[in-house]
Amino acid sequence: MNADPRGVLAGAHFIDGDHACSEGALAAGCRFVAGYPITPSTEVVERIAQRFPFVGGIFIQMEDEIASSIAIQGAAWAGKKVMTVTSGPGFSLMMEHIGYAAMTETPCVFVDVQRAGPSTGLPTQPAQGDMMQARWGSHGDYSIIALCPNSPQESFDLTIRAFNLAEQYRTPVLLMLDECVGHMTERVVIPPAEQIEITPRRFYDGSREDFLLYKAGPDLVPAMVKAGDGYRIHVTGLTHDERGYPAMTAAAQDKKVRRLIDKIRVNAGDIIDYREQDVEGADVVVVTYGITSRTAIPAIDMARREGMRVGHLRLVVAWPFPEERIRALAKNVKAFVVPELNLGQMSLEVERCAAGACRVAQVGHAGGGVHNPHDIYLAIKKSVR
Amino acid sequence: MPENVFLSATELSLPHNPVEAFLRMDRMPHIWCPGCGIGTTVNCFAHALESSGLELDKIAIVSGIGCSGRVAGYLNLDSFHTTHGRAIPFATGLKLANPDLKVVVYSGDGDLTAIGGNHFIHAARRNVDMTVILVNNFTYGMTGGQVAPTTPLTATASTAPYGNFEQPFNLPYLAESCGAVYVARWTAYHVRHLTKAMKEAVQKKGFSFVEVIAPCPTLYSRRNKLGDGLDQMVYYKDNSEIRNGADTKTVGLDFQGKIVLGKFVDKDRPTYLETMNEYYSKHLGDKYIPYTG
Repeated sequence: MNADPRGVLAGAHFIDGDHACSEGALAAGCRFVAGYPITPSTEVVERIAQRFPFVGGIFIQMEDEIASSIAIQGAAWAGKKVMTVTSGPGFSLMMEHIGYAAMTETPCVFVDVQRAGPSTGLPTQPAQGDMMQARWGSHGDYSIIALCPNSPQESFDLTIRAFNLAEQYRTPVLLMLDECVGHMTERVVIPPAEQIEITPRRFYDGSREDFLLYKAGPDLVPAMVKAGDGYRIHVTGLTHDERGYPAMTAAAQDKKVRRLIDKIRVNAGDIIDYREQDVEGADVVVVTYGITSRTAIPAIDMARREGMRVGHLRLVVAWPFPEERIRALAKNVKAFVVPELNLGQMSLEVERCAAGACRVAQVGHAGGGVHNPHDIYLAIKKSVR
Repeated sequence: MPENVFLSATELSLPHNPVEAFLRMDRMPHIWCPGCGIGTTVNCFAHALESSGLELDKIAIVSGIGCSGRVAGYLNLDSFHTTHGRAIPFATGLKLANPDLKVVVYSGDGDLTAIGGNHFIHAARRNVDMTVILVNNFTYGMTGGQVAPTTPLTATASTAPYGNFEQPFNLPYLAESCGAVYVARWTAYHVRHLTKAMKEAVQKKGFSFVEVIAPCPTLYSRRNKLGDGLDQMVYYKDNSEIRNGADTKTVGLDFQGKIVLGKFVDKDRPTYLETMNEYYSKHLGDKYIPYTG
């Protein structure tokens, strides 16, 4: 279906990635946002607070991030499309509720505008240190979807995609900005509502007698209902059966958790998104995401000017990770070079998939700024040898 | 000698428990210990709902974690068993997203006032339209009887083996100070008063709060040598004083001391959504789209 025009601020804008994220949420049909102020993500909720009164939405600033991340889930079960927004320390506080959303299969979007950590770290400066936390942060086994925009335009586009994926797979979806993308101001084109494709919530439409809250179809995703619709649902974070009732057995645990992981795994082909440039015949492929994809460009250009054959693979979706693509490329290249604003996170995933078939060089940066492209260039040059 | 004939309950056409319709009978038996007060409070709640005339399909119940956190799972309503301490913010989202729902939070003292204490005070401050029923058994039952913010001074607990020296909360005073519009306290012995209070609370617009003192014979009573559940009922009967309208400052609880019961607060204050809609309508004019859910 198309977007509700009331939320779509169609036209060309000059806004930052945080504001673009707010507009993406509005266009996606999000009408409930709970948040708590934290740099560098606060602008997202500030714009939401400003815009929502005129589109029939409700924003509430909760008492902390723990409250925000569960209030949205109450609202989701009342039928709303929902989002919460945070950075570093707040993201840590939200971890338990990412697990609750995964376990209860509650569609919701978590935005993390990454700043340098650990702990309070560098509140106003960029990092990409939450990438593994995004994947594994909540306790227990589950799967997750995480998107990494590299521009304000993509912040808008991927926020819409995050909402669509959350609905399609009934899962929390994480939008992993970094401070640079959040605060970078560029031209953002918001298309008219009729050109924005929205995935509506899939509601159960069978008989009440046959209704089972967690009975999944062939896509492994159960249809949803709302509180107040008369189904007398029971939703719990305990391991549960298809009725939603607690089931305290290893068999029930296996069935539930395996489906949670499989619904992302078997649909990974539809979820994964990456952009490639000149990877065919390349000796070195630079793997990037978020702001690092932009600091890598001058480095790649420098290397190419010297005759090195360098490709670029940018992760638009970080999780699920494009395992097969990396495996295939690993057989044909000498090395992957992975610049990131941490001291080794997504590079570990590249290394795992390369499985020794080629070298993997991480170009680490602890955060607080971005790479000097020359450092990435040097890593490429070393790897070509 | 006549032959014994055994008939099942259905063959005997026994009268059904009048609250069966409010329970998920397919989840029985419940987990609560013999002599526990939580089941009694649930019975009162079912009767309160029955007499309230509320449409059951439009009631949602939200619990946290713990013995009382299991209440949501046994009620035949839209029911949410959330994370530890977070029933109130979940309920806030549920209520604000669909104001037509009657949202009831039903949980324990540790869940709502220790780990969830911050959410309790803020929901009361905002006057979010919800009812909070707090079963106070003075301890963490599910995890084995640890000290709670409600454990009376000198009472022992597994993590306060020599007695509790921390000042406990006076919950009605806390709720009133933060802005609750309805505050009452009863015990699991005072079932008629409790039922009436629960009915009034769910019919009240705004943040309503009912504290129910209930026995935990397995952990709190046994450790403190207070006898079984019945002995606690006798204590409640003999040591309670009903003082409706009492100043909540004066209703704090001492170890096995006097228990002041009653309806302490019943006042009116615009709810969160009423305030928001009125404020925005006034300040933003016609461009504001009044929020209806």
